[in-house]
Amino acid sequence: MTEFLQLMVSGVSLGFTYALVALGFVIIYKATEVINFSQGGLVMIGAYLVYNFTTTWGLPFALSVVLGMLATAGIGLIFERIILRRMVGAPVFAQVMITIGLLFILQNIVIAVWGSDNLNLGDPWGVSTVRFGDVVIQVRQLWGMGLTLFVLLLFFLFFRFTPLGLAMRATAIDQEAALAQGMSSKRVYMAAWGIAGATAALAGVSIASGAAALSPELQFYALLAFPAIILGGIDSPLGAVIGGLVIGITQSLTAGYLGDIAPWLGSGFESVMPFVVMVLVLLVRPYGLFGTPEIKRV
Amino acid sequence: MARRSPYLITDYRSDLRLFGSNWKRFGLLLMVVAFIGAPLQLDDFWLGLLGLVAVYAIGGIGLNLLTGYAGQVSLGHAFFLGVGAYSAAWFGGQQGWPLLLWLPAAALIGAALGALVGPIALRLSGQYLAIVTLGLLFIGEHFMVQWKTVTGGTRGTTVNAGLAIGPVDFAKLELFGTTFTRNQGLFWLLWAVVALVALLAKNITRTRPGRALQAIRDRDVAAEIIGVSLSRYKVAVFALSSGLAAIAGGFYGSAVQQFVSPVEFGGFQGLVFSITFIAVIIVGGMGTISGGIIGALVIGALPRITQRFADYLPFLKSTPNDSGIILVGQFNLMLFGALIIVFLLAEPLGLAALWRRITTYFKAWPFSY
Repeated sequence: MTEFLQLMVSGVSLGFTYALVALGFVIIYKATEVINFSQGGLVMIGAYLVYNFTTTWGLPFALSVVLGMLATAGIGLIFERIILRRMVGAPVFAQVMITIGLLFILQNIVIAVWGSDNLNLGDPWGVSTVRFGDVVIQVRQLWGMGLTLFVLLLFFLFFRFTPLGLAMRATAIDQEAALAQGMSSKRVYMAAWGIAGATAALAGVSIASGAAALSPELQFYALLAFPAIILGGIDSPLGAVIGGLVIGITQSLTAGYLGDIAPWLGSGFESVMPFVVMVLVLLVRPYGLFGTPEIKRV
Repeated sequence: MARRSPYLITDYRSDLRLFGSNWKRFGLLLMVVAFIGAPLQLDDFWLGLLGLVAVYAIGGIGLNLLTGYAGQVSLGHAFFLGVGAYSAAWFGGQQGWPLLLWLPAAALIGAALGALVGPIALRLSGQYLAIVTLGLLFIGEHFMVQWKTVTGGTRGTTVNAGLAIGPVDFAKLELFGTTFTRNQGLFWLLWAVVALVALLAKNITRTRPGRALQAIRDRDVAAEIIGVSLSRYKVAVFALSSGLAAIAGGFYGSAVQQFVSPVEFGGFQGLVFSITFIAVIIVGGMGTISGGIIGALVIGALPRITQRFADYLPFLKSTPNDSGIILVGQFNLMLFGALIIVFLLAEPLGLAALWRRITTYFKAWPFSY
């Protein structure tokens, strides 16, 4: 039982990490209907910028995180302003491929500047743990969960109560109608990319803190977040969190038990499991569990 | 007396002609001369490079049928190259089958696996499909690593599949008493295959199936209404594209690399490899057969050229300890990313469209259109 609880805890923690990455995808998709493949690059550069502020420049950790979020938001804004704005109305394939091009550029800039060795992010949580009965939780995992829930709350408040959030929802439903009501889609797109950048930096911090260490491997988390966003439905923030949790728990339980149940699947199947779950769910529900079905008009 | 324009297409037969104008026949002649003459003129470095370019061209034509013509985005192309490479390693290398047996076997296995992905494309649209095919890379890598008898596990395996057709062994070619190097012989073999694949693809795209694929790309609902069976064509184009990828992979394993490991075709490396093929068709030109070949020339040649001339470019370093800012390998990836972005922004239909614009300008000169 203890083993099960422990696996659940690490699964939930992993799930919240995926959810935080996934929220960045969701907000850009909601505004522009494009899956932003460069999100992984933003996560990566966000974490490295925070590392730069704390360890290299010696700033306090909390301030560094805020600065890192602002800087990554700035990078997101620049991408939108210089490149993606020109692609509005272009085929979705072209827009997606542009974000993949951006991913390649970002990731190699990071490796060129900071190298590919493991670095210590310089967070105050380190490897300290808290015990609840027999279950051990890392402090950084608690912070990761708390931050994700906080961001989710901010997303909810933003979409529900701010004019920009309303404009974003309206633009997502019908861009022309929103324009006719005086909502600037340019501002909406820029806001989406900015928020996605800030979320990405936070996600990067929550992945790379403590014993996990900072390395270019970070971007794999963004690839593993794809199953989460697909599962939850790509335009639903709450879906992203639930999808992240499902994927995280599945992955953790697979790692714990699959070796006993089905050893013929080989070791390391847990890193593939999210994709297997994703394909199965998509075959049953092509728009994820909480996504909006796309309606074809003729 | 007014003269008919030689470029005007007035009936279906002239629309179907491959080499309609004298210029095109002249171009064909030039290509044949280059095909025969290049191995006699170029050194082994460039011939080896052109071998890789041929693999990119075969795979690129396959992906272009799928993405450029049928509009289905796939990030899983590298997986099917891996399937082809391991089929070559197993049937050609371990079982000792000759080229004319292992190559069709590789193509059939690739096509069969591609046909399994096809139905998923029926359920999902655009970006969802891209992500599912991304999943294919990860799931595929896992099974490639696990199936050690065929793939050699993480350590990889040598691919020594035979490259002989009957008595003619292209790896050790002897003709008219002259012995040719491995790269010379393989150039002729690989580019002959490129020509055959290009002809096959051209014949598909200029006739009914090709028009059906383009109809699906432009508007799938409209295509279905005019009687194009979405299920049949989507599955068929996935099978065809994957089969061509498997052929490319077979040659990648046997002729170019001679050694393959699962990491090349799966996971993040696999994604990079898939994106390489996407860069090929974006730079070359989506929805054209020649685009696949032109793009392969550019994308295949660029990394090796920067590698070769890295010493002359001060910001590049070939090993981590050299002076310079960025490693050649990383610079090449950035270059791919930048090329994709620049082409999509400035010339979305690639170099083929640029070429068509230039020729149109001169054809119509002195009129602007």
